[in-house]
Amino acid sequence: MNIAVAINELRPEALTTAAEEGPAPKRIVVGYGFWIFLLSDIVMFAALFAAYAVLVRATAGGPAGDQLFNQTSVAIETACLLASSYTCGLMSLAVSSRRRGAFYLAAVVTLLLGAAFLFLELREFADMIARGATPQTSAFLSAFFTLVGCHGLHVTVGLIWLVVMMAQVAVKSFRATVVRRLLCFSLFWHALDIVWVALFTVVYLMGIRA
Amino acid sequence: MSEAPYDHVPGDTLVAEEGESSGLLVYTIGLALAVLLTATSFWAANTSLLWAPGIALGLAVLAIAQMGVHLVFFLHITSGPDNTNNALALAFGILIVFLVVAGSLWIMADLNHSMMPMPMHMQH
Repeated sequence: MNIAVAINELRPEALTTAAEEGPAPKRIVVGYGFWIFLLSDIVMFAALFAAYAVLVRATAGGPAGDQLFNQTSVAIETACLLASSYTCGLMSLAVSSRRRGAFYLAAVVTLLLGAAFLFLELREFADMIARGATPQTSAFLSAFFTLVGCHGLHVTVGLIWLVVMMAQVAVKSFRATVVRRLLCFSLFWHALDIVWVALFTVVYLMGIRA
Repeated sequence: MSEAPYDHVPGDTLVAEEGESSGLLVYTIGLALAVLLTATSFWAANTSLLWAPGIALGLAVLAIAQMGVHLVFFLHITSGPDNTNNALALAFGILIVFLVVAGSLWIMADLNHSMMPMPMHMQH
């Protein structure tokens, strides 16, 4: 009885379902598929986080996190990555309204901020290794370099991808395939920032408390 | 709400439906909230004003809140009917992440607990 009333209240055009409309547009299929990939990537990071959390106290007589981590450097890295996530959002806005100038500006700022993040992270790694805190030193440092290095590797891949996308926009303009790749890139970049939030909290902030 | 019966793409800017300035506003609100939460995290990790044993839990809560802010304001995940597939995939991902992290910590703590007592020089 109630169902019959509900059906009468619906507009007839609202009753066409996705199944009746046929396959979804390619942009939705591609974006959803990439979303699934990103979630599986985050599951991989979860395994690295679990390994880190299990091994964080296994310092084997070597230095612990509170002796190694430089909080100022981490704060600047965090600011760079958060700002680059924002400019990546501005880039998506420029892409959806097809403004080339704004796209290049946002892409270059995103690239520079990402590169600054990577530079600071590599400098931090070099500093730690110079002080004898290499991945071979302890299980804690192996887990640390695997987890943080894997995120850094993702950022590197993202930067290369962004350069490629800028070249593709220059050569091919905003055609549908390029816009889909830009959508996937922005998803990838925002997901990296989400992983970094977990990373700076679990590794650095909890590390200096312990 | 779009007229098409399809789902939204995660990360879509929604410019087509809500206009450019609204899209900019969403990213800017997200940035402001994320900056606020990050600054609070860094402050909480360094302050001596808070009860020390509770800080780790507080940091975890702040981090989860910030991830939520990123998901809503940067990736535009909503609870709307055009987002069901995205949200369900996300929920499944969170389940696996929780199982992997909590399961590993639990089982390894349990193993450590049932280990034979070791001489001092063999520990870690």
